Amino acid sequence: MAAYDADSSAGGDLAYDPNFVPDSVKTFVVHLYRQIREKNVYEIHQMYEGSFNRLTDRMFRESPWPTAEAVEPYVDGDHVFCLLYREMWFRHVYARLTPTPKQRVESWDNYCNLFGVVLHGVVNMQLPNQWLWDMVDEFVYQFQSYCQYRAKLKNKTEEELQLLRNFDQAWNVYGVLNYLQALVEKSNIIQILEREKEGLEQFTVDNGYDYQGGSNVLKMLGYYSMIGLLRVHCLLGDYRTGLKCMAPIDLSQQGVYTNVIGSHISTIYHYGFANLMLRRYGDAIREFNKMLLYILKYKQYHQKSPQYDQILKKNEQMYALLAVCLSLCPQQKLVDENVSTQLKEKYNDKMTKMQRYDDEASTVYDELFSYGCPKFITPSAPVLDEPLMNYNQEAYRLQLKMFLFEVKQQQLLAGIRSFLKIYSTITVTKLAQFMDVDEATLRTILMTYKHKMHSTDNDGKIVSNADIDFYVDDDTVHVVEAKPTKRFGDYFLRQILKFEEMISELEKVQLD
Amino acid sequence: MAKEAQQQVSYTVEELVAVNPYNPDILADLENYVNEQVSSQKYSLDANLCLLRLYQCEPERMSPPIVARILIKALMAMPAQDFSLCLFLIPEQVQSEEQFKTLIVLSHYLETARFRLFWDEVAKNRSLLESVPGFQQAIEAYAVHVLSLTYQKVPRAVLAEAINKEGLALDQFLEYHVANSGWAIEKSQGRSQLIVLPPNEFNHPELKKNASDSVSYEHVTRIFPVLS
Repeated sequence: MAAYDADSSAGGDLAYDPNFVPDSVKTFVVHLYRQIREKNVYEIHQMYEGSFNRLTDRMFRESPWPTAEAVEPYVDGDHVFCLLYREMWFRHVYARLTPTPKQRVESWDNYCNLFGVVLHGVVNMQLPNQWLWDMVDEFVYQFQSYCQYRAKLKNKTEEELQLLRNFDQAWNVYGVLNYLQALVEKSNIIQILEREKEGLEQFTVDNGYDYQGGSNVLKMLGYYSMIGLLRVHCLLGDYRTGLKCMAPIDLSQQGVYTNVIGSHISTIYHYGFANLMLRRYGDAIREFNKMLLYILKYKQYHQKSPQYDQILKKNEQMYALLAVCLSLCPQQKLVDENVSTQLKEKYNDKMTKMQRYDDEASTVYDELFSYGCPKFITPSAPVLDEPLMNYNQEAYRLQLKMFLFEVKQQQLLAGIRSFLKIYSTITVTKLAQFMDVDEATLRTILMTYKHKMHSTDNDGKIVSNADIDFYVDDDTVHVVEAKPTKRFGDYFLRQILKFEEMISELEKVQLD
Repeated sequence: MAKEAQQQVSYTVEELVAVNPYNPDILADLENYVNEQVSSQKYSLDANLCLLRLYQCEPERMSPPIVARILIKALMAMPAQDFSLCLFLIPEQVQSEEQFKTLIVLSHYLETARFRLFWDEVAKNRSLLESVPGFQQAIEAYAVHVLSLTYQKVPRAVLAEAINKEGLALDQFLEYHVANSGWAIEKSQGRSQLIVLPPNEFNHPELKKNASDSVSYEHVTRIFPVLS
């Protein structure tokens, strides 16, 4: 993939002229500009997803689109349109080419300008949610990419180092977090979601769009920024704060976050991962299961979409993480049959190994965690004096180390579990004999099992994740099998609503 | 007057963390707040995570004594997982410093219920831990918690080891909990005492509410239009 610097025409393909605007592009921008002015969200979406990608495939596979300056005259010099166009321009460079250091910095500037305009409340457009999600997603992605880029100092040229020195504010972590936070606050999205619970808002019903002639841009950017914040906090290793940022969104229901598949997957993936690191294995398993089932059912409809590869990748990562969760915290009833089949196909051997808790198990945990985890980043600015080193792996190594340490602490529990499955009562003495440890050690193992299998939720309440449980009476262990729970309440609710719907449909039928 | 001013500071810090957390200027306030948590036996995980994040972004401003105090407070919050949450934000080189290695070992012992080893290690590090009031009691509470998850009736010796008390001190401890926490003492077959812990859903499975069948209020409201 070639790197294109719009300024230098010396290197690279001489065929690319940043100022040349082919006719098809002229038509495209004129058309898109008009649709945006007339707020035809459907047409905008068609052009954004369809025409843009077709033109890219046809003419811009290996070079950037014409610059915003070049297309400006065809869109009345509209400042905001140019910011939007530039955002797509940079996104295309990141996706198909390799951005130059200068382009990375310029993209940051563009986001600052774009978000600045939106935060001032002067944007009056309606844009498709897909586009608005892509903006936030790309913003976080480019931040992550920049942190990785500047952490690899070893082979940088003097020119690149100078750029890092001069533009030390570009993609700085406070800036990124503050923009996302500002979008959440200025859009009032948290209050909107609160009021919706009391029936005072139509946000979810309208899918975030404004049918009173207003704009959905600030609102939706605010909404998606909550997911953006979850993602950034996961990349930094602050899982608790990440989950807090997401708290206003109710994941037990459909919502605006499920309507764009990219946002759905990103939400659940990061939510699940954060819960895994917080040892809330039950919650992680439940959410991964739901998401994987959804992807299984609906991925065929997204085969033509530009996000398809990403969807498949995240799908595979979630299977790996699910395998890890189920090995640490075996559960019988939480995983759907179809997902379970897929999981066994991919990871049956590895899961058996992980549940053995020996050194080989550690290797498998390492492998699956490393495959499934996000690309962690070091947020601090690079130290630019000699000796120059690469430290882009540091953040990942820390999270991996902490995770494997936790796995090691749980190593003793596998033995206990296999005995608890067989016996309904057994004395401490006998169990210690079977496990080849002394009694005192066995008692500590029993307590460790209890501690590790119970997690604390956000309100400090203790929740059990154990499928097999026990209690100790002096020196006898009594095993308790967790009863499978039937969720009657939910079932009845769903049926009531379904029948009500059917009845009203029937009432509409007029018999002659 | 001084107390009022103190209350005002902590109110402001919590507000700052909620409203403007990504702001390097509040670093000094957060550090003061850590010291305040220690001296007045309060605790705020969110404020401490906020500070650790700032240290992550500007490692030159990190203060090891403050980080140590945050970690000790986190240990005291067990069984909550605060200690690992903090460690996720502390770079490896920092974690390998002596005092942090000690704290990590202490956490490891608590996580794996190795109370004997834990209290031995505490004895070797008095100066580090005595600077935080309430440490002893907090760990005792955690020990009692784990015992309550596990045992209906626990032998005296096991309890003694877990809370690091013997003889008269242990008797006083038992007396207090018999009077206030619903504990009871039995004699077990000529051997020493058996402490009967109050029943809860973890050591008495028959008490476990079928919690997952309860339906949240919000979901029930969905059928109100149908019922009316």
